[in-house]
Amino acid sequence: MKEQAQNKQIGAPMDRVDGRLKVTGGAKYSAEYELPNMAYAVLVGSTITKGRLTGIDTKAAEKAPGVLAVITHFNSPKVPGFDTAGKDPSQPATVGGPLKIFKDDKIRYNDQPIAVVVADSWERARFAARLVKGQYAPEKHKTNLEANASEAFLPTAAKKNPKHPMNDYQRGQVDAYKTGAIKLESEYVIPTEVHHPMELQAITAHWEAPDRLTLYDKTQGTLATRRDFAKEWNLPEENVKVIATFVGGAFGNALHSWPHESAAIIAAKVVNRPVKLMLTREQMFTNVGYRPYTWQKLGMSATADGKITAITHESVGQTSTYEEFTESTLAQTRMMYQSPNVTTRYRLASLDVCSPIWMRGPGEATGAFALESAMDEMAHLLNLDPLEFRLRNYTEQDPEKNKPWSTKFLKECYQLGAERVGWNKRQLKPGSLRDGEWLIGYGMGVGTFGAHRGAATVGAQLRPDGTVLLQCATTDIGPGTGTVMTQIAAETLGLDPKKIRFELGNSSFPKAGTQGGSSTVNSVGPATQEACLALKEKLRTLAGAAFASAKKEDVTLTDGYLALSGSPTTRVAYADLIKQGGDKAVTVEAKPGPEGQKYSMYSFSVHFAEVRVHELTGEVRVSKLVSCADAGTIINEKTAGNQMKGGAVGGIGMALMEAAHIDDRFGRYVTKDFADYHVPVHADSPDVQVAFVNQPDPHVNALGTKGIGEIAIIGVAPAIANAIFNATGKRIRELPITPDKLI
Amino acid sequence: MNQFQYVRPTKPQAAIDAVAKDQNATFIAGGTNLVDLMKRGIATPQKLVDINRLPLTKIEKENNGLRIGALALNSTVADDKQVRQKQPLLALALNAGASAQLRNMATVGGNMLQRTRCSYFYDLAMPCNKREPGTGCGALEGINRMHAIFGFSDKCIAVHPSDMSVALVALDATVLVSGPKGERRIPFADFHRLPGDTPEKDTNLEKGELITAVDIPDGPFTKHVHYQKVRERASYAFALLSVAAALDIENNTIKAARLAMGGVAHKPWRLTAAEQSLVGKPATEESFRQAAAIAMQGAKAFKHNAYKLKLGPNTIVQALKTAASAA
Repeated sequence: MKEQAQNKQIGAPMDRVDGRLKVTGGAKYSAEYELPNMAYAVLVGSTITKGRLTGIDTKAAEKAPGVLAVITHFNSPKVPGFDTAGKDPSQPATVGGPLKIFKDDKIRYNDQPIAVVVADSWERARFAARLVKGQYAPEKHKTNLEANASEAFLPTAAKKNPKHPMNDYQRGQVDAYKTGAIKLESEYVIPTEVHHPMELQAITAHWEAPDRLTLYDKTQGTLATRRDFAKEWNLPEENVKVIATFVGGAFGNALHSWPHESAAIIAAKVVNRPVKLMLTREQMFTNVGYRPYTWQKLGMSATADGKITAITHESVGQTSTYEEFTESTLAQTRMMYQSPNVTTRYRLASLDVCSPIWMRGPGEATGAFALESAMDEMAHLLNLDPLEFRLRNYTEQDPEKNKPWSTKFLKECYQLGAERVGWNKRQLKPGSLRDGEWLIGYGMGVGTFGAHRGAATVGAQLRPDGTVLLQCATTDIGPGTGTVMTQIAAETLGLDPKKIRFELGNSSFPKAGTQGGSSTVNSVGPATQEACLALKEKLRTLAGAAFASAKKEDVTLTDGYLALSGSPTTRVAYADLIKQGGDKAVTVEAKPGPEGQKYSMYSFSVHFAEVRVHELTGEVRVSKLVSCADAGTIINEKTAGNQMKGGAVGGIGMALMEAAHIDDRFGRYVTKDFADYHVPVHADSPDVQVAFVNQPDPHVNALGTKGIGEIAIIGVAPAIANAIFNATGKRIRELPITPDKLI
Repeated sequence: MNQFQYVRPTKPQAAIDAVAKDQNATFIAGGTNLVDLMKRGIATPQKLVDINRLPLTKIEKENNGLRIGALALNSTVADDKQVRQKQPLLALALNAGASAQLRNMATVGGNMLQRTRCSYFYDLAMPCNKREPGTGCGALEGINRMHAIFGFSDKCIAVHPSDMSVALVALDATVLVSGPKGERRIPFADFHRLPGDTPEKDTNLEKGELITAVDIPDGPFTKHVHYQKVRERASYAFALLSVAAALDIENNTIKAARLAMGGVAHKPWRLTAAEQSLVGKPATEESFRQAAAIAMQGAKAFKHNAYKLKLGPNTIVQALKTAASAA
């Protein structure tokens, strides 16, 4: 058994390497670093939405016990990068940038930080923060997307570059659905949704010298954060160190640098002490991004025998006034179904709000709600099973790029999922199934996301104790990156995973991209694999004659020895290799090859839901949820399954309860805690069933992976909305589907 | 949080004195609501009088009923054998509230005294007459999907969030209080107030008065009871609307009925006329629909809560159907 496990690490449902640390409290998150002489900072937010700060009364706060400083735009030290940002001629034309905190008197959104209070304890800082009072000259603000949709515009990046993916897209004839035989035109709305990872955003900023900065920060990219703050302070990148060993969930909101991080760094400069700043849950609504409120219109036409003839998909997403945030809302519409005519138009509306940021399944999850709902609507118009309708419009190659898929096993996913959910019980006529007062329905939704891969570098070294240490600057926001990299290394080296340690979350380690866009295993996985191969090769050259003639793939690292498989007596003890001196370490960069030019690379998923809707109270219970994915090779069935389940639960939240509402009269959120903003509790989720096709994609990388994180949620919300329609005959096109919309 | 003094008396009279004589003192029991209010600067007491050491936790038989101590925990009451036998509606309502963790902290007296969950009340930067009289009601023309359809005023349209209180008003409970002027008994229906021009006052308790117990008279409602709570997720959410229903049925004829709604008014909303309409009627859906129609008379909706005009009667019917069929 142990032998078998050693031979086959990839695919094994290995427990998380850091599981024990996490459940026992041993894992250290960014708010948990205690440094000598630490000070604590709390932000004060604007109570108006737009206008100017005419003054700030900080006297009471400054006199409060323990207060070290109250920093505002009146007294903040100059942040050198704030003046040069955007002036770099090598950078693309400006489409805005992160808020420059304390730079001027302008208020751009409600709860924008106007001051940071620094004290000798967090409690004292929090108390004093309440004593700071801003004085304002308010101006008329805009926070409602629909009221301002007429001012929506093509993103600047698209205006300046006709090849930019946010440009209007056309194949065949423009808006051809309008003249189609059987057609529909529907509008869809998703409200603002907020990431709300369990771990609050937190940072500890420590100026170790006037020009050397260390940040213990919640981030999805240690190098991106390093780059941003090195730039902000005009420092060489190597003078900034970012540590994010553990990240307690993020879902995208730590893919961007936010004002509170700048505030902590400024505060640390002012008080000349390490400063810790933690956001409150309320501030997590207002200052660290969200999935943007988005309006969509989808027109579709089809022939009576169920062939789509045209789709037009338009969207208007909200962004801030100081930054143009764009996302791929319309991408899935261009490539998922065979349709000779497709038009997409993406627009933004600038509102007086904080900038949005990618939230799990960014764009695609929003777009899929419209597309996959419309697919269900059209199937209903055609009196066709929605699965059959999708099969009739299945794409065997990418109709957008006119390239073959690298791999596509979506049909296999359809089959797996339909069997597991019991799709054969679904009735074409809505409202046909019931259990007492509960109406029962079935629905499906499809998701896809690019199998992105970037360059990544991993360092590997054999240590004197016979263990292998791997290092990479990548982060692990929860999917189990350290665990799967350990598995890849164990299989490549032939070494017991317990003898391998994969360190991450430190900007000093070899380079990798941010953990986002389902790209980590695609990118860091092959780098780990190649680093391990290079390490073996290096050791082989040190191991003498018997190994010199051996085939590379026969070399393995066993417990204590470099060995040759098939020749158990041929082995060299690590101790002897180490004694030889010299470097036992390698650093290897792995990059995507030219395959991306030849193939269109995507992960695919389908979600099937069975729901029960109470006919009198409008309550919805998701009684079954089955998620099937074509995500290439599955490195760890357990952690991959866990990601799929988490995404599915996120999809339940999106479908049924998540919505952040602004009272437009004030421009201020009325949902500012978990009593008002609901996320699913255990009782809202069935035991989500997950199935993987588990077929390697040979074109993305040598491991065959395609990525899981995003497709876990993309398509879940429409699957539930479609199941609700099947149960009740009610088509709800505005999320979330709360009881009031169903009675 | 502001600085405050903290005292922990062991005798009720000492606790009463401590609050009665200090304008800025307040009682604290489980603290599941008060601590949140203090953290947000909505409640700013300068002295907390912790009453958790007072001997007010007992659940016992008293005359022809049950007496539940004000400091009995919500979870203790919900699990109590006598309560489950004699007043199962109360146990159902308690278990529909909050989460297991909160029910393990929250007391009966505290549950009654929890403040509204209106978002405008919870945000110091928003207008709210309940929090700061004279600033206006933010919800009146704001986002008001959770708000009242009965008994509101133009000063306040907030609702009372307690589930337990909906059952207690239906069960004709009486609140026992002890204060600077001695002891008194307040019928549960008169304990909470409508907002009128003074929405800052949630109840008719006087300064320094301490809830010591709740009396619930024995009744015939030991079997056909139900608490129907409609919320946006399966657990751990305040009610969009809830209904406490209790029936005494003999040979399929209703001998007595009790009905109250939560999430519709500034206080738990007893539906006496609807109750009376059920007496002598067969326990059928038709009777329930008629009662529901009576119950909704006088309801008026705002911009975002019109759904309650339909959800109300639907939920009443569902609660009565479930109660009638309870075995």
